[in-house]
Amino acid sequence: MKFGVMVNEGPFTHQASDTAYRFTKAAVEGGHQVPRVFFYFDGVNNGNKLSEPQADDRNLVKLWGELAAAHGIDLVICVAAALRRGMKDEILAEGFRISGLGQLVELGLATDRTVVFGD
Amino acid sequence: MNAEIATEFDTEGVQKNFMFVNRKAPYGSIYALEALEMVLISAAFEQNAVIAFIDDGVYQIVKGQDTKAAGMKNFSPTFGVIEMEKEDADEDPDIDMVWRIVVERDSMEQRGLTAEDFSIAVEVLDSAELADLMNAQDVVLSA
Amino acid sequence: MKGERKMLHTVNKSPYERNTLESCLRLAKAGSAILLIEDGVYAAIAGSAAADQVAARTDDFTFHVLGPDIEARGLADKQLIDGVAVVDYTGFVELVAEYDAVQSWL
Repeated sequence: MKFGVMVNEGPFTHQASDTAYRFTKAAVEGGHQVPRVFFYFDGVNNGNKLSEPQADDRNLVKLWGELAAAHGIDLVICVAAALRRGMKDEILAEGFRISGLGQLVELGLATDRTVVFGD
Repeated sequence: MNAEIATEFDTEGVQKNFMFVNRKAPYGSIYALEALEMVLISAAFEQNAVIAFIDDGVYQIVKGQDTKAAGMKNFSPTFGVIEMEKEDADEDPDIDMVWRIVVERDSMEQRGLTAEDFSIAVEVLDSAELADLMNAQDVVLSA
Repeated sequence: MKGERKMLHTVNKSPYERNTLESCLRLAKAGSAILLIEDGVYAAIAGSAAADQVAARTDDFTFHVLGPDIEARGLADKQLIDGVAVVDYTGFVELVAEYDAVQSWL
């Protein structure tokens, strides 16, 4: 089955991105497909390569990028939400791309289930 | 080893029922504003959509919002654009989508509001009606 | 013929902080599944003030709670409300696949 995932929070203030990551990982490892994860609201901060968590903490920016590379997941940062927050190509982590909100609607149309993670 | 990443999906001819669930008040956080931008973009895809205002979400469409002194962007006029999109969809036979703007009666009444307090025309639904409507959706986007 | 559509609802807020669980219980249709995640897991603990809200509706809904979030919060030894099933992330994925759509009460 194909799942579309939407992430509405950044990697630190709320657990949403962690839960979304664990869900996505379990889905692809369980034989399902997650063709795209769409990052909106403060969720765009998940694509900031300048993020430096403390050494004993997980690095969600990196984890998302690695999971995407291993399982062919399209990580999309919403351009409108990104611009407001200064998230630009210059600081975009590997595996992410910036595109429009239409990609979210497309995710809803192209997958069997859409799951939203937020605050 | 890296898997190939597809960035384009074929969604030609796919039509689904979308619901946008708004449960947060405006200005105190950004959710209402960015959720509204999400609804606006979706119009271009000509999908069926229910824009639902529940709990504090009903405060988003209260008329008379004036943000000058608070110094924030007043986005409430944009709900008028949503209303126009809905009217266009209702009237133009070439637009193949149905839009509904709904408010939960309990949420509205709990807050001492009536439909007269809103800047746009809405359908006021009982909780059971809204539950049925939500249950019929394919994609529910909440914020 | 396809059977009646059924939805999965997720709740991620503590019932002591927000009205999220209450709204979910009011607007989820009987027959739905409800999965408590993140701070929503506090509603699954037996003997708590929120327990009655959940226990009163176990005929209408099937309740699930995300185990890793229970464990993270130091609640692993606490008794859960009767009828609330613990799932892991794989169980979460299976619930999403089993039900027709998902509404996340945020």
